[in-house]
Amino acid sequence: MTPTTSTSPTTPTTTHSLAIEAKGLRKAYGDKTVLDGIDLAVPAGTVFSLLGPNGAGKTTAVKILSTLVSADAGELRVGGHDLALAPQAVRAAIGVTGQFSAVDGLITGEENMLLMADLHHLPRQEGRRTAAELLERFDLTDAAKKPASTYSGGMKRRLDLAMTLVGGPRIIFLDEPTTGLDPRSRHNMWAIIRGLVADGVTVFLTTQYLEEADELADRIAVLNDGRIAAEGSAEELKRIVPGGHVRLRFTDPVAYQSAAVALREVTRDDEALALQIPSDGSQRELRSILDWLDSAGVEADELTVHTPDLDDVFFALTGPTTAVSSQANQANQPKESVR
Amino acid sequence: MSTSALSLAVRDSSTMLRRNLLHVRRYPSMTLNLLLTPIMLLLLFVYIFGDVMSAGIGGGGADRSAYIAYIVPGLLVMTIGSTVIGAAVSVSMDMTEGLIARFRTMAIHRGSLLIGHVVGSVLQVLASLVLVGLVAVAIGFRSTDATPLEWLAAFGLLALFALGLTWIAVGMGLASPTPEAASNMATPLILLPLISSAFIPADTMPGWFQPIAEYQPFTPVIETLRGLLLGTEIGVNGWIALAWCVGLTVLGHRWSTASFKRDPK
Repeated sequence: MTPTTSTSPTTPTTTHSLAIEAKGLRKAYGDKTVLDGIDLAVPAGTVFSLLGPNGAGKTTAVKILSTLVSADAGELRVGGHDLALAPQAVRAAIGVTGQFSAVDGLITGEENMLLMADLHHLPRQEGRRTAAELLERFDLTDAAKKPASTYSGGMKRRLDLAMTLVGGPRIIFLDEPTTGLDPRSRHNMWAIIRGLVADGVTVFLTTQYLEEADELADRIAVLNDGRIAAEGSAEELKRIVPGGHVRLRFTDPVAYQSAAVALREVTRDDEALALQIPSDGSQRELRSILDWLDSAGVEADELTVHTPDLDDVFFALTGPTTAVSSQANQANQPKESVR
Repeated sequence: MSTSALSLAVRDSSTMLRRNLLHVRRYPSMTLNLLLTPIMLLLLFVYIFGDVMSAGIGGGGADRSAYIAYIVPGLLVMTIGSTVIGAAVSVSMDMTEGLIARFRTMAIHRGSLLIGHVVGSVLQVLASLVLVGLVAVAIGFRSTDATPLEWLAAFGLLALFALGLTWIAVGMGLASPTPEAASNMATPLILLPLISSAFIPADTMPGWFQPIAEYQPFTPVIETLRGLLLGTEIGVNGWIALAWCVGLTVLGHRWSTASFKRDPK
């Protein structure tokens, strides 16, 4: 509106700056190709999740992007710095919490934090304050004076992440941050990660839990066999696979048979005595299905609503069956061109 | 730029050193275990084998105190060999844990972790040398009129030899897949003194074995130390000892930094 904004024809603020950018990333160990030319683009301040089965190459991707190992090929930028040319500048911008506990078990939690403060060259006072604040925030104050080797799995993970945050990194890599944690610790970790995002930090997360990617990530890339099989938001990915359904289960084979005949347009599972009716799981559709069942005189012993989740996507994309994966690839075509 | 790089190196290395000294203070048992070997051998050779061994020293007829004087320089050098095994093990422990990945992804001086280990290990060696020296004095070791300068030279030689052996031990720690393997790989550092002139003169050994005793780092260092503390002939041993110290330091440093730079698996 104001004339002062028209000083430059190209406004750089409109192009979202990328925190992590990879083009044609390749890595092989010997003759085993781990990453076969993957492209990634993570806008600053967002959560990006790399999802894939064990051995898909997730950890290798994190190791390369966090300067731990070098790539064989690819144009890689993290925090605006070229990985090959300015690795120290990249390191100054990032924080990494790897899959395996990166705490010094021989010293206390507090000493671990102060070690990080010293390595980030914080003044003594500020280091002590930062350490105390983070220990408090991660609920480790009571255990601060105990050797880290005595911590439980969840506590070690929290200490690990607390150590990563000492330098105030703007980009954080989390490699399977909740693997091996009990459900409560996992939810705690999610809350912590959401807190980071609220502070404007960019999070690059790998996980084999679809629920986790669904909960946390703005964008998800499914990595399979060293390639990105699909990429998009959780909702976009869910659209790749066939929709949800209502499942009716019977205990009496006779009731099952008569219901199957009465309903006709359903998918039968004779072994489980179950019928599947396509549905998007909305209240309106559910009511019409129930009305339909009532009018047909069908009474199931159990009714469950199944909405398509990332599990379906995951299995469709990473499964060994070619029929499903070709279907998924087709669905993925337009998305590729959008990107 | 170079001064700031240097101050970064000093700062990060001293942080890593503090971490290592904290480990030693928290878990002194490892250091004490390594110290046990030279002290046990000292007492064993003096009080159990001493009378027989001393009969073969200096043309026979030497008494126990002469044998103490003979073996203490050897045991001081052996103390170095045994203490640096600790460096190989703790470097290997660091490399097999997730913490090393954290250090590698931080904007810290690249060599600081290894320098911290080396300086920590050398300090540990010096402390161990003082302890073994005190035991030696307690059982009757006396230097024959060594001047302060000779004492200083002896101490300097021990420190330099400790530096060389520590860098070699660090290289062994980096080359080993597990701490146990590192401990095994570093075992020669405590076995070599046994086949040096530490316990008996090299020229009393069988002829075919003498080259093994002579052409290894421990013998010239021990002979030089004897010369400085007991006034025996040093000859070329001093220069050979210095050459070994410098050579081991350069070799160990090259080896260690090259293996540390390599991409981790």
